[in-house]
Amino acid sequence: MSSAQIEIQLIASIAAIACAIPGTFLVLRKMAMISDAISHSILPGIVIGFFITHDLNSPLLILLAAITGIITVILVEYIQKTGLVKEDTAIGLVFPALFSIGVIMIAKNANDVHLDVDAVLLGELAFAPFDRFIVPDVDLGPKSLWVIGCILIVTIGLLFAFFKELKVSTFDAGLAASLGFSPAIMHYGLMSISSITTVGAFDAVGAILVVALMIAPAATAYLLTNNLKRMLAYAISFGVFSAISGYWVAHWLDASISGSITTMLGLIFLLVYLFAPSRGIIAVLYREKQQRTEVSLLTFLLHLKNHNEEEERHVNHLNEHINWQKVRSKTVLELALKNNMILIENNIVSLTEKGDDFTSQAIDYIITNEDAEIEHMKDDFFLFRG
Amino acid sequence: MNIIEYIELVFTDYTLRTITLGTAILGAVTGMLGSFAVLRKQSLLGDAISHAALPGIAIAFLLTGAKDSNVLLLGALVSGLIGTFWIRGIITKTHLKSDTALGLILSLFFGFGMLLLTFIQKQPNANQAGLDKYLFGQAATLVESDVWMMAIVTGICLIILLLFWKEFKMLLFDADFTKTLGFNTKTIDVLITSFIVLAIVLGLQTVGVVLMSAMLLAPAAAARQWTNSLGKMVFLSAIFGALSGVFGTAVSATQNNLSTGPVIVIIASVFVLVSFIFSPSRGLLFKQIRFIKNRRDLKLNKTLAFMYNIAETHEDISHPHTIKILNNFQGFTRGTLQKLVNKNYVTLEGNMWSLTKEGFKAASNLYNHQTEEHE
Repeated sequence: MSSAQIEIQLIASIAAIACAIPGTFLVLRKMAMISDAISHSILPGIVIGFFITHDLNSPLLILLAAITGIITVILVEYIQKTGLVKEDTAIGLVFPALFSIGVIMIAKNANDVHLDVDAVLLGELAFAPFDRFIVPDVDLGPKSLWVIGCILIVTIGLLFAFFKELKVSTFDAGLAASLGFSPAIMHYGLMSISSITTVGAFDAVGAILVVALMIAPAATAYLLTNNLKRMLAYAISFGVFSAISGYWVAHWLDASISGSITTMLGLIFLLVYLFAPSRGIIAVLYREKQQRTEVSLLTFLLHLKNHNEEEERHVNHLNEHINWQKVRSKTVLELALKNNMILIENNIVSLTEKGDDFTSQAIDYIITNEDAEIEHMKDDFFLFRG
Repeated sequence: MNIIEYIELVFTDYTLRTITLGTAILGAVTGMLGSFAVLRKQSLLGDAISHAALPGIAIAFLLTGAKDSNVLLLGALVSGLIGTFWIRGIITKTHLKSDTALGLILSLFFGFGMLLLTFIQKQPNANQAGLDKYLFGQAATLVESDVWMMAIVTGICLIILLLFWKEFKMLLFDADFTKTLGFNTKTIDVLITSFIVLAIVLGLQTVGVVLMSAMLLAPAAAARQWTNSLGKMVFLSAIFGALSGVFGTAVSATQNNLSTGPVIVIIASVFVLVSFIFSPSRGLLFKQIRFIKNRRDLKLNKTLAFMYNIAETHEDISHPHTIKILNNFQGFTRGTLQKLVNKNYVTLEGNMWSLTKEGFKAASNLYNHQTEEHE
């Protein structure tokens, strides 16, 4: 591994951490799309900054671009407040307009600006190590490493200083306000950090990857845990893992690094989306199926309890009267049998004592309808779940 | 070049005519379908879909090796649809919210698409040049067959829209009611979402992945301000979209170094801005004017009520009082007093005012009914 390779992986990993922290809060606050808007609308800020400084890594440019990001947020909120359109429409109106202005500004000055829209949007991590930060004769490493490193330190500092405030205002804005934390300061603080991170990272990893690095690790982590600290930790590790593995995939395919990091993020998300223990799609579908069978079972037991006539309790009758398909009635019958809730004699179904007990309690539950009780009850009665 | 020359050129020059027609049709169809996206609160879906279409283009190219735009757009359509349904899957089956799902699919698909595009570019002897036009769009690459394609799709959209107008409308405003009436809401939903995806995919070549969402949203958001009727909104939105296309092409054709996509988006945004400010019923300008007028009316009424309370204590309601008394009441100004005089509610004589019969009557009924002027 050459030193350039190490530097690239370092930049990507630090960018991943710096993005994952604000990203977690954006996802929790349902403002994920704002990061997409910011990443596009900073373009005019970058272009103006570039006209002035001619250096993509200058602090002035980052400041100007970050201000454009905050202007975007304010504009979106203003349009939303007028009530003329919904919030998402407001976002969708603001950022393409600002982005277009940026593109046109670049196009009109194409001759004296070495700034490429592709590069802004996609970034080129592979070139990051060539732009060195040199203080009189001493090579201090790539400039973008310094930029993103400083941003990360500030972000971590703010996170530790205001963790409690952020937590409260994210989960209970009303409580936070009544405790005296200004929601506006929290909101705009988070927005400013997001803007600055986006700007700081775009040069290295591109605007789209910034969005991916903010949202994807946080969303993936959110599928795995409900604990904020754990969510932050998971998000950071997913980000770093895909940054490093993405680099090697890109190396192997000889393709865009930012693209392959995003793809790795996508793969991780897909895996978690499918297989997460209680929130993954497979677990959810399984649980839904289980619940469907159990509801059917309950209906069936209630039917039995209500009818003493033999013809109503005949096995074949299930098919016609409750209008279940054969397969389903079979599963339900089997489940009921396994749990000792019914007896079948000569194709006539009757409730056992246990089944009777369960059904009465279930009726009570349905009438009083207190939540969570039924799960507890099912645990008591079911040996086998649906 | 003046306007008349330009218009002549539009009709005589092949390229310009194709592009103008293409962008106009595109604007019309995205405007039309965009109305539904905006009203269904799916505004950002367009953004997500257009980004999600990118890997489809790359995969279609990898598989066929052809640069035929119809094949590539088919790939875009498929991957756009996959993206859309995955978004829906995430929203319905997990606790992630719609904004997260949109941002997730948008960035992940786009990143994957970029990976594929750069992979294609590094391939030896691939005639890959021109794939990146789908990023920002190049209206200049439109040829007549593309325009025909757009026109056909627009025609189909229009027919479907007219056929299922009632269903679409109902689903839009009361999904539960539609379901209870026995309509298959899922099918209608899939139908309309697919058409939105189709419109977006059509526009990729012209305005590109990044700016496509604005084409969908801006005309619809502008049209929404002028009407409350769905039919009118769809119609207006199509007109706004088409006009943005025509004007955008005109501006970019007459200037150097201006790509069409961003200019169209800017023009569409101007439509939105104008609509936001000047729409008579919802616009900010008239809203502000109405607000000021209401406040003035309220002040006037307060002054009148105050006078009424004083006059009530006297046997003769027209008994004159000094204006000084009114100083106890903060809301009164010379202006409001003069207005009351103009309305014949009050007469002024020197430093004295007195309520007229008419004024007394109006004041006693002030809170019982609303007069025409201050609705």
